[in-house]
Amino acid sequence: MEAGALREALRRESRARTLRALALAAPLALFLLLTFLVPIGALLVRAVDNPEVARALPRTVEALRGWRGEAAPPEPAFAALAGDLSAIDDQAEAGALARRLNSDASGARSLVMATWRALRAPASEGNAAVQAAPPAAGARAPLLAIDPRWGEPRFWEVIARNGARWTPDYLLAAVDLRRDAGGAIAAMPPEQTVFRAILWRTLGIAAAVTLGCLLLGYPLAWWLATLPARTASRVLILVLVPFWTSILVRVAGWIVLLQSGGLVNQGLLAAGLVEAPLALLFNRTGVIVAMVHILLPFMILPLYSVMRAVPPDYLRAAVSLGSHPLQAFRRTVVPLTWPGIGTGCLLVFILALGYYVTPALVGGPSDQMLSYSVAQYANVNLNWGMACALGTVLLAVTLVLYGLYRRLGRAELAP
Amino acid sequence: MKRAPRLIPALLLVLGAVPAVAQQLTVVNFGGANGAAQKKAFYEPFEKSAGAKVVPVEYNGEQAKIKAMVEARKVTWDVVEAESADLDRGCDEGLYERLDWSRLGGKADFLPAAVHECGVGVFVWSSALAYDAGRLKEPPRGWADFWDVKRFPGKRALRKAARFNLEFALMADGVKPAEVYRVLATPEGTERAFRKLGELKPHLQWWETGAQAPQFLVAGDVVMASAYNGRIETARREGRDLRLVWTGSIYDLDFWSIPKGSPNRDLALRFIAQAITPQRQAEFARLISYGPTHLKAFNGLDPKVLAQLPTAPANVKDALKFDFRFWSDQGEALEKRFAAWAAQ
Repeated sequence: MEAGALREALRRESRARTLRALALAAPLALFLLLTFLVPIGALLVRAVDNPEVARALPRTVEALRGWRGEAAPPEPAFAALAGDLSAIDDQAEAGALARRLNSDASGARSLVMATWRALRAPASEGNAAVQAAPPAAGARAPLLAIDPRWGEPRFWEVIARNGARWTPDYLLAAVDLRRDAGGAIAAMPPEQTVFRAILWRTLGIAAAVTLGCLLLGYPLAWWLATLPARTASRVLILVLVPFWTSILVRVAGWIVLLQSGGLVNQGLLAAGLVEAPLALLFNRTGVIVAMVHILLPFMILPLYSVMRAVPPDYLRAAVSLGSHPLQAFRRTVVPLTWPGIGTGCLLVFILALGYYVTPALVGGPSDQMLSYSVAQYANVNLNWGMACALGTVLLAVTLVLYGLYRRLGRAELAP
Repeated sequence: MKRAPRLIPALLLVLGAVPAVAQQLTVVNFGGANGAAQKKAFYEPFEKSAGAKVVPVEYNGEQAKIKAMVEARKVTWDVVEAESADLDRGCDEGLYERLDWSRLGGKADFLPAAVHECGVGVFVWSSALAYDAGRLKEPPRGWADFWDVKRFPGKRALRKAARFNLEFALMADGVKPAEVYRVLATPEGTERAFRKLGELKPHLQWWETGAQAPQFLVAGDVVMASAYNGRIETARREGRDLRLVWTGSIYDLDFWSIPKGSPNRDLALRFIAQAITPQRQAEFARLISYGPTHLKAFNGLDPKVLAQLPTAPANVKDALKFDFRFWSDQGEALEKRFAAWAAQ
């Protein structure tokens, strides 16, 4: 065979192999794109998306340009607002505007809806007066007649502040910051400062749970790794059964165990160890106990797989050379299991950061983690911008921690 | 053999050949004892008379799902039991259909509060002070006693939210029910409510779903709790000695509503029209102590049943009507502040 033909055949073969590999990977890539990247992208966009005011009140925003909230809003703004609101045909759009403004200025919902209804009502006095008034002569009085709250500058300030199509406000609010009337970034007033504390608490709980899992999981994993393979796989099933059980069922189980008339307290009382039932539920103790239990397999499995690969001879050799067994363990086994410790801790920590159901069921109000606030904004307030901004903060924290781990991990694991 | 006839319509449905066969109506309720009562009083009779299948779905009032369905124009819920504040807000934001009242009967037949452009009242419920009579030496008489940890030592349970609790706190602080929302609307009033709530904070345990409050009382975790009256009455029928204090209770309505764009709008409206008839409502009130909204439904009820309803004159006398408009406006800010307060 000629050399050229052979090369050609080889090339064709390798191209076919590449195509086959791509075709095999394509469903997963597509799946990841649709279920992972697109939703995260949507989350990031929603966190800065701010279409309501820009779409519904373009003329008002224009009229308020340059107004900084130090005095009453300019006269043309009233006429522009009346015009903009009258032009909204769809109640849903008025409702969306009302919700957006209300989340920054309480009361704006009823103010916007009442004004919109009054302006849209065919023969209402307010409508007639506003329509009849020449644009310059002032729509101020008729608007104030519909609702005197239009005299308060704070409602105009939120309109002015949200005139832009995109906003940093949700993200700022997610870390307890806000823009003041002048546009400078300032701290939230203390009675509205909440998310930073919750973020720290989230990190704290995740760290405590990770530590708990490590302390409980490490000895167990080592014991498993030293067992004969068949026994170990049987014991591993005991680790995995809870792993396959629904989280809700396990949490309900902990409620039964830990409540003040529960098994744990009854046992302690009967044994005479305590005089009154201990508070084990609806506080931090309950949250950490339940979360450690739920996340323990994520610590044990990576530890176990790494420990399996550690030859038992090392430990024996160290002891036979005169090392104290604990010392030998610390100096031979522990360094070899760093990758398992790192992976297990990272897995548990990152999973714990997003916990929602467990703290909601077994925690008190001061044990709620950031996901609780996400759910509150998504489900109860329907403020999806805020929910997405909080989600973005959580994502950013996770990525930063992962980056740190990679960096530290590389230093630690370097041969 | 038995299977085959059922399979054929199902197959046709899958093929899209006869979409009208075996009509299904998805009705969303709050579950628990309430959902069970709805099944008997509303769903089963409708299935018989309309020949359609009712598929019940439980939820906890989250509006996010409805918003997502409406935005994606893929609505799979046909009838939703919505709380008043959610209904009003959802109606404004275009999440719910406006109802054709000409098909539901005269508005004058209903309690005025049960009539809304996007909904019609399912029942009247109440959130009241509940206690286990077996555990307290003397009965508490109102929210002031709920706050009195010297005379009534022990933990208390409240719903983990600002709404209701701020009202309860003001009433405990001596504000009359009729004045509560006027006081709460002022900054000083909000301050006062949070301060009063703060007094009780070390003694509080929170509940989130309606079933938890009676459960805490029965387990002895708390000596008093705020609770939905129907759940307490149901526990009482099951033999628990739980009691309610109607003074200072807050009552509100749940509404039948149709998410915007439901493909079964017509059937949904027929379902609602049947569920709000006096007979169906009276049947529901017999099953669980929530009050009818149709004025004629009261006629068919036993005085014993009537006495347990939030609408009974003796119960409503010192009660407060939940102001959903106030909470539509102030809810987001107050809930945020509550979260900040609770976390401290």
